Amino acid sequence: MKPHSRRKVRTLQVPMLQVPMLQVPVTRRRVLAGVGASAAGALAAAAPLRMAEAQGAPLKVGVLLPRSGFQAGIGQDCQRGVDIAAGILKDLGLPELAIMNADTETNVEVARARAERLIGEGAQLIVGAFDSGQSTAIAQVAEQKGIPYVINIAAAPPITEQGYRFVFRNFPTAPMILADAFANQKEIFAAVGSAPKSVVFMHVNDTYGTSMQKGIDAALMKADMPYKILETIAYDPAARDLSVEVAKAKATGAEALLLVSRLNDAMLLTRELVKQRWTPMAVLSMGPGWYEDQYLKTLGKLADGPMSFVPWYDPNKPLSTRLEAALAKAHPDVNLNTNHIYTFEALLIAADAYRRAGSTDPKALADAIRATDIANNVSIGPGIRFDAKGQNATLKNAAIQNRGGKLVTIAPKAAANAAPEWPLSAYDKRG
Amino acid sequence: MPAEIYLNVAVSGLLTGLVYGLMALGLSVIFGVVRVVNFAHGEMMTIAMYLAVALFTGYKLDPLAMMLPIAAVLFLLGWAMQRVLINPFINRPEHSQFMLLVAVALIMVNALLIAFGPDARGVQTSYAFASFAVGPLLVDANKAYAGLAALAVAGTLFAFFRFTLLGKAIRACADNYAGALVVGLDVKRLYALTFAIGSACVGACGSMMVLLIDVTPPLGPAYTLLAFVIVITGGLGSMGGALLGGVLIGVTEAVGGLLFTPSAKSMFSFAILVLVLLFRPQGILGKRAAP
Repeated sequence: MKPHSRRKVRTLQVPMLQVPMLQVPVTRRRVLAGVGASAAGALAAAAPLRMAEAQGAPLKVGVLLPRSGFQAGIGQDCQRGVDIAAGILKDLGLPELAIMNADTETNVEVARARAERLIGEGAQLIVGAFDSGQSTAIAQVAEQKGIPYVINIAAAPPITEQGYRFVFRNFPTAPMILADAFANQKEIFAAVGSAPKSVVFMHVNDTYGTSMQKGIDAALMKADMPYKILETIAYDPAARDLSVEVAKAKATGAEALLLVSRLNDAMLLTRELVKQRWTPMAVLSMGPGWYEDQYLKTLGKLADGPMSFVPWYDPNKPLSTRLEAALAKAHPDVNLNTNHIYTFEALLIAADAYRRAGSTDPKALADAIRATDIANNVSIGPGIRFDAKGQNATLKNAAIQNRGGKLVTIAPKAAANAAPEWPLSAYDKRG
Repeated sequence: MPAEIYLNVAVSGLLTGLVYGLMALGLSVIFGVVRVVNFAHGEMMTIAMYLAVALFTGYKLDPLAMMLPIAAVLFLLGWAMQRVLINPFINRPEHSQFMLLVAVALIMVNALLIAFGPDARGVQTSYAFASFAVGPLLVDANKAYAGLAALAVAGTLFAFFRFTLLGKAIRACADNYAGALVVGLDVKRLYALTFAIGSACVGACGSMMVLLIDVTPPLGPAYTLLAFVIVITGGLGSMGGALLGGVLIGVTEAVGGLLFTPSAKSMFSFAILVLVLLFRPQGILGKRAAP
């Protein structure tokens, strides 16, 4: 082979591309420049077509949930909300969503990595992720990449206090949950003519539990509650044995239990209450766990009685009836709960924003979400609207109680469909 | 706080510690003889727990009654693992053995995830919520049964190694490998038998553990780590040390959680580990290595 001169090395002789009239030597640089220009031109020409296609094509929504790990039960319950959404959104005349599922494995770092991957794979909007810690990580990714993120469930206040432009939360913050919980508790105490004088506050030590713990003293003082907290016991939500925690709580002599828990620990706590032969006057939960279907099914009669003060649905809203019917059809033995409601509403927000934006452009979608005004929704309150921080501050909570494997609403009075059963019936007399 | 609460918590920690001790005993036996650290130990216990759950869910068979059949299955699994996978690695560097067993552990976790899904599973026996009142003491029936069963299995294992010819042969392999070969012992077969016995131990422990906690596929690594902490605390290769280490960790975690904050109870077991490594690196009942 003959050695190439410097000029020959840099010149790509492509006879097919030579233009004799101009006599311009065709170099590799020129070919690449030409190809680039052609590609840019082609893309520019195709842009209106793409926009048209985007308006007709489904919006790609990445749904991040803890489908495995110790929050797997709740993550899978949230997934039910995703599964039943498509039919209802179609009936509402909203555009189709292409769901891209991902598992956070109940792990903050995995949640962050999966969010990045979903966006890399073309997700145009993110929904999730049940947990405050995981949602905080996803919010950082979404903001950095400029992709709208609608939080389904997460209550830690800082998520919407960062000045993010692409992060929206249709779920109450910890202070909102606490304020409503205490208001509903007072209503129940007044209705039954009795109230505990002392409680033990037990909470998970994750982001949500810690947020609730930080806000509880101020909220208690403001609400002027009839009880005082004798002891605060924090525990690991992934704990496999809570016997020490319950023994410590029992030893305080408190009349009732005030809790912020998850699902597995709620079941562990109940088992320990039974084994340690302690039936408090009431179990007052301000988080998930105690009303979940897995809790009701696993514990049977022992699941009856706890009261949960949680974001809930308004049974009087027409969309609630539709959601209930859709869930009953898909899962006849599952009660509609917070996980389904707020995951469904996150998708409702996404579809509604996509319809109004008419584009998959992230900024247009974020602007459309910011302007959301949905009155025909499921959760309690006037509807779905976001403030300047991306928070729906109009949401209201309810008090629900477990009764024979079902859930009844006991407060506020306007949304109640049953009177509270008080006090908690003794665990050792339930047969 | 009433005094009986400390006693209650200490007894609860003691009973749980006995089960931990049995699990660690399996690891100690394997390391003491085969000189291979089983990094899939917790995962093997998880397999045993799933077997117990499957037998209970499918046939209503009590996990404690199924302890021997489950131990037998794990015995066979351990035997096969040693003959097929570990034997070729016996004379290889430790990092190769580590990689092999970590890979085995990962495969086990993911196989369980495929087979059973990520949900936590447990058994609800007729005594699941029972407790015994002994004066001021309130003892969890599950922990009492599991602790006693662990004690019985550990006692049988001690007797096997002390009084049977086979047990003595295995101890001979552990004490002097070359000497065992010289006197004509089939060392490879004895290694497989030891690995199988260690696995059977963890199998029996799994059927007890399922009474205490729900099982999920990712449970294994935490218990592998716990077994290490116990074995290092008690003394690597020491059977008595493993049991003592288990009890020490169980009681310390329980009482430490009661005295300080329960969410920091793991801190106490690691604190013991650090103290042992600082002041008695061979473990509480371990023998100091010859200079």
